[in-house]
Amino acid sequence: MRRKVNQAINLSDYKDIWVIGEQREGKIHPVTTELIGEAKKLAEGTANQVMAVVAGHKIEEEVEKLLYYGVDKVYYINSPLLETFSTDGYSKAIAELILEKKPEIVLVGATSIGRDIGPRLAAKIGTGLVADCTKLEIDPSDGKLLQTRPAFGGNLMATIICPKNRPQMATVRPGVMKKAVHEANAVGIVETVSPTLKAEDIAARVVEMIQSGKKRVNLTDAKIIVSGGRGIKGPEGFDLIKALADKLGGEVGSSRACVDCGWIDHMHQVGQTGTTVRPVVYIACGISGAIQHLAGMSDSDYIIAINTDPEAPIFKVCDYGIVGDLKEVIPAMMEEVDKLNVFEL
Amino acid sequence: MKIIVCLKQVPDTNEVRINQETGTLIRDGVPSIINPDDKNALEEALRIKAAHDCTVTVISMGPPQAKDALKEALAMGADEAILLSDRAFGGSDTWATATVLAAAIEKIGSYDIILCGRQAIDGDTAQVGPEIAEFLNIPQVTYAKKIDFKDGKAIVTRYTETGDYVIESKMPVLLTAIKELNVPRYPTVKGILNAYAPGSDNISVWGIDDLTIDATQIGLKGSPTNVYKSFVPTKSKTNEMIDGLNGKEKAAKLIGKLSDLKLI
Repeated sequence: MRRKVNQAINLSDYKDIWVIGEQREGKIHPVTTELIGEAKKLAEGTANQVMAVVAGHKIEEEVEKLLYYGVDKVYYINSPLLETFSTDGYSKAIAELILEKKPEIVLVGATSIGRDIGPRLAAKIGTGLVADCTKLEIDPSDGKLLQTRPAFGGNLMATIICPKNRPQMATVRPGVMKKAVHEANAVGIVETVSPTLKAEDIAARVVEMIQSGKKRVNLTDAKIIVSGGRGIKGPEGFDLIKALADKLGGEVGSSRACVDCGWIDHMHQVGQTGTTVRPVVYIACGISGAIQHLAGMSDSDYIIAINTDPEAPIFKVCDYGIVGDLKEVIPAMMEEVDKLNVFEL
Repeated sequence: MKIIVCLKQVPDTNEVRINQETGTLIRDGVPSIINPDDKNALEEALRIKAAHDCTVTVISMGPPQAKDALKEALAMGADEAILLSDRAFGGSDTWATATVLAAAIEKIGSYDIILCGRQAIDGDTAQVGPEIAEFLNIPQVTYAKKIDFKDGKAIVTRYTETGDYVIESKMPVLLTAIKELNVPRYPTVKGILNAYAPGSDNISVWGIDDLTIDATQIGLKGSPTNVYKSFVPTKSKTNEMIDGLNGKEKAAKLIGKLSDLKLI
């Protein structure tokens, strides 16, 4: 049956904030704890509980780990048909539970999987969905969810609401929200649910998984990121970037220009079409500061920019800027760091 | 086989400027283009057409000027183009847009593959494709980077952040394209001459009366989500330029500051 929006529903029938937990090959995806952190923030001072939903099979232990992040309940949708990911299976099973339990808010990670499932869920349920949110707030006057997201490559921010339909659903950009704190003791319970799924409901199924094989770069969790842009002048420029990143115990990031030139793999890309990062220190080397790049790193606590062009837009958003040649500045920075370390001994 | 490609005409976001005071877009003089991911979707449809016996129909929802995008699609090699244009469609969010597109696809009928771009560069939602698939009750594969066919099924390699999934899907299926899928062709001279011939009326226009559609589900009023406000992002940063005689001196000052802040 095809559902519709704008039906006469009683908004007060809907309560609690749900997080759609993402698991890949049986491991909980880090965006899940970010969503829990955000859901707890939204639930503060309200009667709403925070609940997570995880669909899968034989992942009881992994599901229980979520209880240490302060969720009131985890719905574990368990079925052999959910052992591997399928849009059909996951969206049917999760939509069924949402329709039955009527949460007020549902948050989904805006990963490539979450953005596949999210709209399918919203369309099955009959509600709106706001994509790739970077900020969520509750309007204190009426409790509605204010969902803020970038548009036009981050040039404009829009706050979107879903006033007449429930649940209020959003996909949330990974790397933006603060992770829930891991507590020493588990609270809450796991409730195992069996979906009414049948094998024939799954029309598209995964037949093979190809791991990328390369060392995974963890930009999202990095405290320090040293990024290179067009100003490093070639693939060998990343040797210098990597040397500084290694010295500081950080990861290597890149602007889109370098990825498009084939100087470095896409998994290093920071920005609108790459990864959004919020490290403590972000060092932009030879990056001019295109809006698409700024959209992915401007929430960093401290931004350092090094560029030969004093007019580069990156200097307008940085905390500390150096106009200079990377080949001179970076080795000098590494020497200074070495001096610090000696001093500490 | 019949393939339907959904296209969106978008402003070229690289050219978009924002009025910093009003927080609105300055569209004057900004060129309109076929949304890049949608162009990959069209290219793939044309490649499938070249290898199999099939027709390619392109559809787009938008104002009358979106005909330009459809003409370009015809020049690239699409067989048929339909513009979905009606004041009643204006202000549609992804739900309402998918509702209109799904109604048009149902009217066209007997399709095997629906191809969409993963997302449009103006809204970046990536929601319209999956919502169309749900409304049509067909499977979907998003983020497609390789598409093959075997024994009447689509074999699609889809990107994820940690590695690719190879997905086998029954048909009809809706696929969303990413730029890794292919490199879109340029229109041929012959294609351009045919598509843009003066007086050629090669684009059908369908309005609300041409579709079987529930008017409560479309347009600004039918959209479940609304824009509450829009604004230009602001940043507040220390913004200190570090001076010095040379790079070495500047580097020393910088590391000193980071060390004082206990950042390194």
